[in-house]
Amino acid sequence: MTLSTMLSTMGAGMLRTCAIFFLTILFSLPLGMVVMFLRQSRFGIVRVITKIYIAIMRGTPLMLQLLMWYFGPYYLFGMNIRGYRLPAIIIGFSMNYAAYFAEIYRGGFETIPKGQYEAAEVLGYSGPQTFFKIILPQVIKAILPSVTNEVITLVKDTSLAFTLAYNEMFSIAKQIAASQTSFMPFVIAGVFYFIANYAVAFGMERIEKALDYYR
Amino acid sequence: MILEMKGIQKSFGGLEVLKDISLEVDSGEVVSIIGPSGSGKSTLLRCATFLETIDSGEISYMGVPAATTGPEGYALYVSEAELRKVKSYFGLVFQQFNLFPHYSVLKNIMDAPIAVQKRDKEEVYEEAMELLRKMNLENRADAYPCQLSGGQQQRVAIARALALNPAILFFDEPTSALDPELTGEVLKVIRQLADEKMTMVVVTHEMPFARAVSNRVIFMDKGVIVEQGHPEIVLGAPTQERTIQFLRNYQR
Ligand SMILES: Nc1ncnc2c1ncn2[C@@H]1O[C@H](COP(=O)(O)OP(=O)(O)OP(=O)(O)O)[C@@H](O)[C@H]1O
Ligand SMILES: [Mg+2]
Repeated sequence: MTLSTMLSTMGAGMLRTCAIFFLTILFSLPLGMVVMFLRQSRFGIVRVITKIYIAIMRGTPLMLQLLMWYFGPYYLFGMNIRGYRLPAIIIGFSMNYAAYFAEIYRGGFETIPKGQYEAAEVLGYSGPQTFFKIILPQVIKAILPSVTNEVITLVKDTSLAFTLAYNEMFSIAKQIAASQTSFMPFVIAGVFYFIANYAVAFGMERIEKALDYYR
Repeated sequence: MILEMKGIQKSFGGLEVLKDISLEVDSGEVVSIIGPSGSGKSTLLRCATFLETIDSGEISYMGVPAATTGPEGYALYVSEAELRKVKSYFGLVFQQFNLFPHYSVLKNIMDAPIAVQKRDKEEVYEEAMELLRKMNLENRADAYPCQLSGGQQQRVAIARALALNPAILFFDEPTSALDPELTGEVLKVIRQLADEKMTMVVVTHEMPFARAVSNRVIFMDKGVIVEQGHPEIVLGAPTQERTIQFLRNYQR
């Protein structure tokens, strides 16, 4: 197998890896906000359930969670899980990352002094105005470094999708490596993850720089 | 009457912080509030600006009631929409400035008039620049709060409050967070506002300032107004034992 056929075979996997990555980001970032709000809900029962959820998401291996999301519906409800691979992966990743993001957001909101809310209140800003104009921009700046860390972890975690035999890049790399008895696919995979993370770090750094104009 | 507070009571848990306080402020008056730490000065301002809710008593601005006594003797606040209107009558300057760090000086001043009062941008801009000139900060319009000294930040905070054209402005120890050499520039601005007959209530530890600028000084202790009157009397010849003691400790 030539290098170029190897690359093109792995190319399709790279697209799937990117799909997992972007879909997870798309769902988990807002979902994390929802989890954060549920975690401080007025209703004690909601708070308790959310805390248990966060504890499970952070306390068990993501690989195991993916298996649960995929096979759970079959064993519990006898659901037909054909074609359910990608949804299970996205749900698994999003639910897991949302728990981490929720904790990051919470930390971010805690850095905002009470005086910011009070100043906004006295100036007559409405609740939504205070949240979106005054508080959220400052929270985003505060959490950016932690979010960057999570996002970089996610790039690498996408390889866990191989547990569900989803043909993303890492799974393909393993197959080719086995059939061709070649080490090359792993090198390519490594370079791919490295470049992807380099791009993420570069992008996030640009955003951080753009927000550097104030403290 | 710009502000009328009657029989205000406020407790935190079991601690009674304001005990039957009444305060009236007339148009153009400058009232200074002095008193030992923990006497309830900040709490009084926070109740007047609705950052805290009172337990009982009445509050009205410009004759418009904001809190009245309900049938069970507890304070009843008017609806959110009515409160919104009343809120536009006052401004508050905090000890810690509380500027919005992600907004430039100009945006700190202009944003509320535009976003809250829905006023015309051009007009607000002109007014904001005028305020900055008054605060002696016209060349810092594009700076961010973190690039300013404490004294400059506090003057921006005053401009931000004034931009909403309040009928009365409250100050909670506006110079306490400042280095001593910076208090003068802030006090000067407040003094200038007093000369323009801006109605103000200032909680302060700056006795010479209170004496020079205010029409009335209120001495508070343990949640009650112990003594009030002309600054020369309250600060110069107080009649109450607690006032005398406070001022004596103060001079030492
Ligand atoms: N949110 C709160 N919860 C509980 N107790 C409070 C709260 N705010 C104020 N207190 C208490 O109420 C009392 C009066 O506080 P306040 O801040 O009004 O005093 P002050 O006169 O402004 O004092 P200082 O000169 O130190 O600013 C204090 O005993 C304080 O501990
Ligand atoms: Mg105080």
